Amino acid sequence: MLGLFSLSMRPVLAVAVSLIAAGLIYVLGERIHADGREGITITAAVLKIILVYSMIPAVLAGTEIKIELFRIVKGISLAFNVDAAGMVFACIASTLWLLTSLYSIGYMRGHGEKNQTGYFAAFAMCLSATMGICFAANLITFFIFFEILTVATYPLVVHYRDEEGKASGHKYLAYTLISGQIFFAGIVVIYATCGTLDFVPGGFVTADKLPMQWALLVFFMMVGAGIVKAGVMPLHSWLPAAMVAPTPVSALLHAVAVVKAGAFCTLRVVLYVFGPEMAKACHGAEILAWMAVITIFVSSFIAIRKDNLKARLAFSTIGQLSYIVLGICILTPAAAAGALYHIVAHAFMKITLFMAAGAIFVTTHKKNISDMVGIGRRMPITMAAFTLASVGIAGFPFFAGFASKANIIFGAMAANKPLFAATLVCSGLLAAVYLLPVSIIAFKKQPAEVHVDGQLVVNRDFAKYGEASKLMLIPLVITCVISILLGIVPNLGLHLYDFAVMAGNAIFGIL
Amino acid sequence: MNNFPALIVVCPLCAALLNLVLNRINEKLGKAVIVLSVAASLIMSVFVLAQVITTGTIHYHMGNYDMPLGIEFVIDTVNGLIVVLVSLIGFLTLLFSDNFGYKFKTRLTKGAANTVLTLLIVGLLGMTLTGDVFNLYVFLEITSLSAYCLIALGGERGIFSAFRYLLVGTVAATFYLLGVAILYGVTGTLNMADMADILNEGGKDQAMLLAICFLVPAFGIKMALFPFHGWQPSAYSYSEAGAAPLITGVMGKIPAYAMFRYLYCIYGTDFKYFNSILVIVGVFSVFGMLYGSIRAIAQTDIRKILAYSSVAQIGYISLGFAIGTPIALCGAFLHMLGHAFMKGGLFFCTGAIRHKFGTVNIEDFGRIYKKMPLTCGTLTIAALSMVGIPPTVGFFSKWYLGSAAAMQGEWIYLAVLVISSLLNAIYFFRLIEKVFINEDKSLKERVYDEFKTCGWKLVLPVVVCFIAILGLGLANVKIIDILMLSLKGVGLC
Repeated sequence: MLGLFSLSMRPVLAVAVSLIAAGLIYVLGERIHADGREGITITAAVLKIILVYSMIPAVLAGTEIKIELFRIVKGISLAFNVDAAGMVFACIASTLWLLTSLYSIGYMRGHGEKNQTGYFAAFAMCLSATMGICFAANLITFFIFFEILTVATYPLVVHYRDEEGKASGHKYLAYTLISGQIFFAGIVVIYATCGTLDFVPGGFVTADKLPMQWALLVFFMMVGAGIVKAGVMPLHSWLPAAMVAPTPVSALLHAVAVVKAGAFCTLRVVLYVFGPEMAKACHGAEILAWMAVITIFVSSFIAIRKDNLKARLAFSTIGQLSYIVLGICILTPAAAAGALYHIVAHAFMKITLFMAAGAIFVTTHKKNISDMVGIGRRMPITMAAFTLASVGIAGFPFFAGFASKANIIFGAMAANKPLFAATLVCSGLLAAVYLLPVSIIAFKKQPAEVHVDGQLVVNRDFAKYGEASKLMLIPLVITCVISILLGIVPNLGLHLYDFAVMAGNAIFGIL
Repeated sequence: MNNFPALIVVCPLCAALLNLVLNRINEKLGKAVIVLSVAASLIMSVFVLAQVITTGTIHYHMGNYDMPLGIEFVIDTVNGLIVVLVSLIGFLTLLFSDNFGYKFKTRLTKGAANTVLTLLIVGLLGMTLTGDVFNLYVFLEITSLSAYCLIALGGERGIFSAFRYLLVGTVAATFYLLGVAILYGVTGTLNMADMADILNEGGKDQAMLLAICFLVPAFGIKMALFPFHGWQPSAYSYSEAGAAPLITGVMGKIPAYAMFRYLYCIYGTDFKYFNSILVIVGVFSVFGMLYGSIRAIAQTDIRKILAYSSVAQIGYISLGFAIGTPIALCGAFLHMLGHAFMKGGLFFCTGAIRHKFGTVNIEDFGRIYKKMPLTCGTLTIAALSMVGIPPTVGFFSKWYLGSAAAMQGEWIYLAVLVISSLLNAIYFFRLIEKVFINEDKSLKERVYDEFKTCGWKLVLPVVVCFIAILGLGLANVKIIDILMLSLKGVGLC
């Protein structure tokens, strides 16, 4: 039994723990009390955190935890390899799973949702797949978990089972399955030409194996799956559509798993399969970088026009994820580290924003920003957290978003690409333009009643204090506090900043 | 032990005939003998497979006549696996069909139906095992005749479809016989190995070409390969519900295996026109994969969806033959095994739903998962496997086919594989959506007068298919290793 808990088994256990939880919830969910069902989720989440955190010292010391389970196809194993980049994503996903689960319980009960069993089971399944994506050592393993994530997210997107939910489910499947199958074809081509699929920091595809005229095509076949999930324009439209799902699902999609898995996929393909030299030589990185730049601007402008709070946040996510893609495509160590760290920073900030939006929705049933005038009086803590997270998204110093963004900007300057640096600065301002008005509206001091176009816009309900339930409030305060702490001390606790820098250095061969 | 290869076929054959008598005495007794005999075949086939893996190909000579005069059964790891598959699905189908006995008015027809179903299993087993081209014809006819009966038992529309199949199937049988006659004319032998030796001496290319022009359509019709599939959708849909899993899951695969035998074991890669034949088979497969899926999208009867999807899925198997490298052939055979469980499983599920609620229209399936969670679990996993989502077996067969295509530089095949999966996704996710998401139609459970449903016989096949789809997926390397023992050196390199 000693072997079961050895270091190299831990990535397997981290995947297994939520897989087992998903199975248990699905089978027992309707038969046991809801508290027991949620107990499974919480236990699994805590176990997963312990497992993932326990690997930090070893990875920090520079040892890579490797394990080959069995041959999954002829010549290739189902293998895990815990490296610095994977650790960053795994730490975030496992930490946020616990917080999101607590929040989900509050939200789902507060809102009296149906089909909670399926919801929690699918959620656990998503996390299992995410762990697999973090730790996968080769493209086959990666693809298997990537597709499982695609399928496991589908029931969450269609959670309400109405026409709108179905329509966005179709959209989601169309985008992710098509890009996934093309990804598959890309993997097949890589295997046929290079004969290996193991991730190598700095890439393993070379020009003599994959002719340059084909490289660009294969590059986009593979990276396509990543950028669809990451919502890079023009492949983003499933993401706002998926907003019909309950808010914790949006939190999962935007902060914890799905879009981040897309960004992580882009990272692995660009820097661990093709590698900086090949990505540059085939012009793939450059094209992708410009796509990201366009996305950052366009999404910000769309976000400004959205009145639905969740929709505004969705477009904000699209823009923020393109920071990560841009950071990856600048192809310098600092930018790659910044991109990885932005996975962390954005996760905490965006999840705070979504949790706040959800808390508002559950307590007051308000979806639109224009209906939220003065809501800061009723929900001061929620709105304070929202404001702080907004400032963080805008990239102010001493917030988590600053460290990552500064790194990407340094990277862009080092690569002599001032335009990319300028993009980041501008987009910070744009983020402030579309997010801060929400806070301003919320904390507006107002007379008892205000009429605009004959409509009553100030809700008297907001006069009295009434926060969301503790289960919702506490997680969002925690994530908000963490995103500030990480802004002041980026390396706090889990050494995530060190990991990001380690990964960046490993990719570019700097010791 | 030594006689196992013959007994695998003889056991169910005797039981099938014995059933006609025993059925007169006691209905249950006859069925029990049949089930036991097929179970015995299953066990024996596992033993034979184990033996083949350890000691290599078995040549069993019927009645100890010398080759090439006598009839020979040849078992290598490929058909060893297929025999296990046939007897397993056959066994499950026999259990399953018990619950559909209410349709037969008299005990006699019920018993006869069981006999015919067993004869179908006998025919399929024999086709797989035999090493003699004429013996193959005999078993092909046993298979076809029993299939005509079973399809005709499916009610009024079944009779029409059976008649259509009979007409087309007779053409196939005649074509096969013509092909064999031509080959017999130039070689003077009916034993496959012997024939292969003589053909390999060379100089018979014209006759071989003529023969293969008859053989490919013959097998094409029997396996329902595009464009010879015309009989298949209605025949699969309206066949007797109790026998449908075997008919849809296995029946099309065995002619495909026979085609493989002709292409790679008898003709061999040295045949002058070999690559042209492969291109033709490849073109058929490619169009079949696209056509079958496109037609399936338009259907609402779940049986029709699945039948058209079979046209597409048979294309995967023949695509493997058309690519022709050992890895591609492995992929084709893995898909053959996997698809038998997927399609068989889907028809087990369809049958179970039909048995319980009497509907096959997917529009009625709204949230049926609450009433039949196990069935819907298998339905989902089989559907995902059809699309090729890992870690189901469908993904891995696609992987082998795809990587073999890429290594051979057959980019079109790779592209079609991707497109075909996406087309599959359209109608299989629609099915999943109906089962889990659509409005509950509050179907009424069907009430049977004087007929007792045997629940575990509905559940067991469904569960076995669920396990097989995941198990074959995760253990695919094991299967590939077993297949490779025989396929190494076969095919293009």
